[in-house]
Amino acid sequence: MARQPPERDNAPAVQKLRLRYAKRGRLRFTSHRDIQRALERALRRAGVPMAYSSGFTPHPKISYAGAAAMGAASEAEYLEISVTERLDPDRVRAALDAALPPGLDVVDVVEAAPGALADVLQASEWAIQLPDVSAGQAGDAVAALMAKGEVEVERMMKSGPRRFDARGPIVRLAADSGQTTSGAPCAILRLVVRHATPAVRPDDVLTALRQVAGLTPPVPPLVTRLAQGPLDPESGTVADPLAADRASVDDAVAANPHPR
Amino acid sequence: MSAEPMTTVAAAGAADTVESVFPQLEALLPLVQKPIQYVGGELNAVSKPWQSTTVRWALMYPDAYEVGVPNQGVQILYEVLNEQPDVLAERTYAVWSDLETLMRQHDVPQFTVDAHRPVGAFDVFGLSFATELGYTNMLTALDLAGIPLQAGERGDEHPIVLAGGHAAFNPEPIADFIDAAVIGDGEQAALEITALIRDFKAEGSPGGREQLLMRLAQTGGVYVPAFYDVEYHDDGRIKRVIPSRPGVPWRVSKHTVTDLDAWPYPKKPLVPLAESVHERASVEIFRGCTRGCRFCQAGMITRPVRERSITGIGEMVEQSLQATGFEEVGLLSLSSADHSEIKEVAKGLADRYEGTNTSLSLPSTRVDAFNIDLANELSRSGRRSGLTFAPEGGSERIRKVINKMVTEDDLIRTVTTAYGNGWRQVKLYFMCGLPTETDDDVLQIAELAREVIKTGREVAGRKDIRCTVSIGGFVPKPHTPFQWAAQLDHETTDARLMKLRNVIRDDRQFGKSIGFRYHDGKPGIVEGLLSRGDRRVGRVIEAVWRDGGRFDGWSEHFSFERWMRCADQALADLPVDVDWFTTREREFSEVLPWDHLDSGLDKDWLWEDWQDSLNEVEVDDCRWTPCFDCGVCPQMGTDIEIGPTGKQLLPLTAIGAGAEALRG
Ligand code: SF4
Repeated sequence: MARQPPERDNAPAVQKLRLRYAKRGRLRFTSHRDIQRALERALRRAGVPMAYSSGFTPHPKISYAGAAAMGAASEAEYLEISVTERLDPDRVRAALDAALPPGLDVVDVVEAAPGALADVLQASEWAIQLPDVSAGQAGDAVAALMAKGEVEVERMMKSGPRRFDARGPIVRLAADSGQTTSGAPCAILRLVVRHATPAVRPDDVLTALRQVAGLTPPVPPLVTRLAQGPLDPESGTVADPLAADRASVDDAVAANPHPR
Repeated sequence: MSAEPMTTVAAAGAADTVESVFPQLEALLPLVQKPIQYVGGELNAVSKPWQSTTVRWALMYPDAYEVGVPNQGVQILYEVLNEQPDVLAERTYAVWSDLETLMRQHDVPQFTVDAHRPVGAFDVFGLSFATELGYTNMLTALDLAGIPLQAGERGDEHPIVLAGGHAAFNPEPIADFIDAAVIGDGEQAALEITALIRDFKAEGSPGGREQLLMRLAQTGGVYVPAFYDVEYHDDGRIKRVIPSRPGVPWRVSKHTVTDLDAWPYPKKPLVPLAESVHERASVEIFRGCTRGCRFCQAGMITRPVRERSITGIGEMVEQSLQATGFEEVGLLSLSSADHSEIKEVAKGLADRYEGTNTSLSLPSTRVDAFNIDLANELSRSGRRSGLTFAPEGGSERIRKVINKMVTEDDLIRTVTTAYGNGWRQVKLYFMCGLPTETDDDVLQIAELAREVIKTGREVAGRKDIRCTVSIGGFVPKPHTPFQWAAQLDHETTDARLMKLRNVIRDDRQFGKSIGFRYHDGKPGIVEGLLSRGDRRVGRVIEAVWRDGGRFDGWSEHFSFERWMRCADQALADLPVDVDWFTTREREFSEVLPWDHLDSGLDKDWLWEDWQDSLNEVEVDDCRWTPCFDCGVCPQMGTDIEIGPTGKQLLPLTAIGAGAEALRG
């Protein structure tokens, strides 16, 4: 007898939730796969009624938006889950956050408005801490880079080395002075970069700074994604990508103030 | 590389607080492979302020994090110790060479992953040795921790280095490097040792390290190698092992936990962020095994059988799932189908978790149809796992030698049932190098496999069924009837395996349906040296480590050439060599290096069982036939603890805490 996919009550998805989570402290060393595993377990542990794909090895329906690389911290990572029961997003946030290890923190959950999450995640804002580099040094390098129209860098991808322009997608780049966690003075770069293919990451910008101005940080920099969302090209700022979802829920509530 | 102690750490206990080394480590992590393995922060990990505790343990599984973190022994001790309000237990694992090099360059000591505290600052550095191949990793950890390698060179400021785990049943090869060893179940023993250290520190640590070790030794349950002298005959054999000072017992006893239901650990299994070798929660359903397979050290040293009750198992499974979110629970033991109520356990759990995408697995290699019923039952709730059967020996004769009571008919009937139930693939485990074995015994494995495929094709009605033959090299172990046996040299092992491979490969009718997996015989010789070695093997371990030997359990890091070269040099002025420790048969009268460590097994009984083995006489299981006087129960004051309890697993009614919070 041939093996059939196991029969399960694969309840249909009735609600889509969008989550914003942070990757903090020592957990910045998690890879995307590590986070996927942790999240799937946390969803089970929190008892979130996930919708599953069908087949021999059913998977919970989760879609991830481009994740920050291993080693980078983030205050603004996003994903979407489908559930088989209507849930209060705030309760999901609290339950899921409690089920994840400290350092993987669920910051925000909203019910998804129509449209793709990827469409609103147009740009990222990053802070790049450069220990043992002065703000002056960093500022000079930034000026040199921003003066160029195009700077080609090379990065190792799974498919092999790839060359691409790291300057074009940079919307804003500025150097400031700051302090490391241990209180030492350091330079801090603020970067706003448009999402392109391939995505230009902070390490590509650092490569570009080295190529253009010879800036070579003596210690590995500490990178943090501060925000992701729609880009306002005028001001060069990144807005809240979940604002539209919240607004559409507010509309629904206004139209029907007593659901159920 | 430098083997100088590289950091001075705060004196244990004297320091009010101990700084985390994470800031220094953090700068190194972007430069190494898989940094996540060094950061800790797992779900269910514990952190405590240093000052709030009085007795502090650093627990190490001396292998890579991905192998060490799922280890049940360490997880149990970690939880049992941390449940004590004034006790701190943190975990540490072996660091890979990329980080080791950086740590040496930047003076970062061996650290715990929980709070990144230096291992050298703890009261006890406990290492759990599931296998002997972790010994070189222990030396790296000691050295990185700034703890002198030689126990005799340590002072009051250093932790007590304590070995446990199955390999500790013969700790003699590492006697120079450890301060103490505990054999048997660790949870109760760890609490007793903790209580002793707590009192000792409260008294102001009178007499320092030496006196603390003396107090531990006097319990009769902690082995302190430095308190025993070993004398040798001119030919290299041990003459005697004697306590070197008054008050030290002649023999040290193993620890046996009874009433497993009273020890439901781990209650909150660790959920690592990094990928590990076992992505599941584990519930131990019983300890011990009295099937009496003569090669099996685990079975011999964990007697008698002590079961967890069906209801205890049910509670632990549910609690683990709630605490972890794992998709799979393994029902662990040495032979899980042997639990007196396993059928009820399997049915009860399958009923409870049907439709929840929760897989239940049960490691059992018993060659009978019941095993397949269990697998069928368990696959109702989740994925269907593979089927593995372990006849262990290829011929009827050799199976009598090893006391594996399986006939060829049993095997064929069992796999027929498997293929008939829709399995397309089965795995068969065998060993090579067993006492009295000839080429013919091993070549019969091919016969068996052919017969399996032939009948399998008939019952399945199709040709695409497979069987995989997996062969491990036999290594004689202490505290087994084969502790006297000659280990087969690696050349003969390899030659025998090649003959078998050729026979299978050349079989035109069935060969393509038979997979063949084996390891070469060389690592087994090193394992044999470390298993049955005595104190003189310590210098070999140190020489290998100084030569760069690390992670010997990993084939890509293991170097047979290095072990043999270092052994030749280190043992050059002694009447013994690697062959002497491995391929030499021992006589009854010989003093074995582990004779003063009491596993409860009566040496006379082991010898009789060895003679029975040579005469191809089998012995039954004391769970369903009368006691055969192996000695353990009277010696240790224990009893078999098995069901049936007659209880049932009721459906789960309460919904999980998480689910409640979600819906309000
Ligand atoms: S002493 Fe008897 S009952 Fe106890 S484990 Fe040995 S054979 Fe079994």
